[in-house]
Amino acid sequence: MDNITIIEPRKSSNKINFKEIYRYKDLLYFMVLRDVTVIYKQSVLGFAWALINPVFSMLVFSIVFGKLAGVPSDGIPYPIFSYAALIPWTYFANTLNASGSSLISSAGLFTKVYFPRLIIPLTPVLSKLIDFSISFVILILLMFYYQYMPTMKLFLIPLLILILLLATAGLGFWLSSLAIQYRDVKFGITFAVPLLMYAAPVVFPASLILEKYGTTAYHIYGLYPLTGVIEGFRAAVISTKEIPWDLIGISLIGAILLFIIGLNVFNKLESNFADVA
Amino acid sequence: MLPKNKIEEDIAIQVNGISKAYRIGLEEVKHDTLGSALVSFFKKPLRNLKRLKGLSKFNGFESSDIYWANKDITFNVKKGEVLGIIGKNGAGKSTLLKILSKITDPTEGQILIKGKVASLLEVGTGFNPELTGRENVYLNGTILGMTKKEIDSKFNEIVEFSGIPKFIDTPVKRYSSGMKVRLAFAVAAFLEPDILIIDEVLAVGDAEFQKKCLGKMKEISGNNGRTVLFVSHDLAAVGALCDRVVLLNKGSISDVGLPPDMIKKYLSSNNYVNEADYSDYKGSGDWLLTGINLLANDKRDENVIWQTGNSVIINLKYITKVFGKSPYVILLIKDSFGNTPFFCFSKVAFNGEISLKDIGEINIEIPKLPLLPGSYSIDVTFKYGRDTSYAKESIIDFEVHKGDFFGTGRLDDGLVNSVLVEQKWSFND
Repeated sequence: MDNITIIEPRKSSNKINFKEIYRYKDLLYFMVLRDVTVIYKQSVLGFAWALINPVFSMLVFSIVFGKLAGVPSDGIPYPIFSYAALIPWTYFANTLNASGSSLISSAGLFTKVYFPRLIIPLTPVLSKLIDFSISFVILILLMFYYQYMPTMKLFLIPLLILILLLATAGLGFWLSSLAIQYRDVKFGITFAVPLLMYAAPVVFPASLILEKYGTTAYHIYGLYPLTGVIEGFRAAVISTKEIPWDLIGISLIGAILLFIIGLNVFNKLESNFADVA
Repeated sequence: MLPKNKIEEDIAIQVNGISKAYRIGLEEVKHDTLGSALVSFFKKPLRNLKRLKGLSKFNGFESSDIYWANKDITFNVKKGEVLGIIGKNGAGKSTLLKILSKITDPTEGQILIKGKVASLLEVGTGFNPELTGRENVYLNGTILGMTKKEIDSKFNEIVEFSGIPKFIDTPVKRYSSGMKVRLAFAVAAFLEPDILIIDEVLAVGDAEFQKKCLGKMKEISGNNGRTVLFVSHDLAAVGALCDRVVLLNKGSISDVGLPPDMIKKYLSSNNYVNEADYSDYKGSGDWLLTGINLLANDKRDENVIWQTGNSVIINLKYITKVFGKSPYVILLIKDSFGNTPFFCFSKVAFNGEISLKDIGEINIEIPKLPLLPGSYSIDVTFKYGRDTSYAKESIIDFEVHKGDFFGTGRLDDGLVNSVLVEQKWSFND
């Protein structure tokens, strides 16, 4: 007997259909490929743009915060201190912008054909990994320049990327599903992302929080997943810095929470997307 | 009623009492004082929030700003059947297809579908202009539910069917719109679902390609016993392709039956001829028009639908007090751009003496209406010699509906400002 599809008014208890998402994995692949192919088409510098953003931010931060303001950097040279943070941060910021407005820009797609809509905000989460990987080139150059030899700690990076992906995807699901009904969210993202950067330990070390507000505040701060990811990145590339396992652990919990919440909000709102778009 | 989630063996789609509610915008309150406008300005975000929330929440279905796009729709589609859905704009055809395609959820009711569904509500969904034809075939194909493997195996056939193999590695933005449609339809033609849902997609592309697609669709439904659901305004295509037709009216099913009956019913349910307006004529008034009717064939049904290629009659009723002079009747048929596609002039078209009684009727038969679908109006002028007795512009407006002028089953309605003429084609090699 053939498979029977049942179409009914959606109940809030509907389960997320992971099997169906898996069945559409080729679509995800081609959507990611489309993003990667299209993004730098008809531009002169091409993928060099993936470097320009973090490199220039690093230069500016090194002058403003490192030299002028004298922000502490745990004794690490400020350029590599900030660049190690800027790699995950740039990914997070760019992906959140793209993912948050992804449903709005793909309204012409999902109002015309059915496929698991989760693929739409998931696409930038994967396609922005290309820029992310390219920006490692500069990190390696900086490591040589400041003579930080690679250690076993580099194996920490896959775990950090996992935390980063979970947090970004979760937030992306959450925000995109709200933005399709309330466009304020889209404006809110462009407004909030730069502020979120100052909330993350990008221009200052997380140890500053520990010093000023104590251990409890420091651990609560870790729930912001970017904290563990950024501090972890620094520890992974700078041989003298210890791995902040506590922060990374708490950030992993924060990221998983974000992912689960985001996924469920998205799933709950999904049935309305075509009507409110 | 069958037990829940059970479906009879020979049924492909079972639609049980489907309804769909949309929230429509409420009237904005106007303010006449600065004070109330200011208060309203600060309250606006709150009202917006309520409104946006309301888009997806329905508390009770009695509210006045709820619009039922579909109401209590029930029907079955048999396996291998080609079912057409027709109805006026706003009858709920597209909403129904969107529910069947899982794009939007119904508000009430249940649908059971047996087998793999592919829906084609638009040709070329997700085409990206920067990508090449090849890349777009894969992207569009996977959006429609194919896997990479399936596309790999059919890729050459798809390219061949599209007829543009030379340009397959050219970015789609360099394509003509016709080439885009060809490629997009080629992808869709090689979907292999058990059930195919199609919305108006045959309306695009040139006639030759349309024929190719129609052939492919027949092949799809005929050979493999595929079930097809088909929405169209093209009544000729509906008549040619469908086994059964559902007629929708204002969101509900008005009737289900054989294509010719349903098409007839659909056409006659629409009154496209507006009331004639006899006031404010120019001229001496020696001759007066008292009635104008648009008839089909010899049947004296008033206000029937005029279709391109049909035999139609313009019927004029008059009163006159002047006899014996040589009168002319002139009718100008005007399109909505003010052009005159054709006219009826008694002096040249009628060979014989016109002798009028004080009260009478004039019938002008047009054996094959050459007008393309659209809105038209008629100017009537009556003259005795050089004196105008009666002249009236746009005395009646009427609508011409799509029809099969050439008897080929096809009509390209993309042309404007022209009329159809009979023609014979031959090809000598």
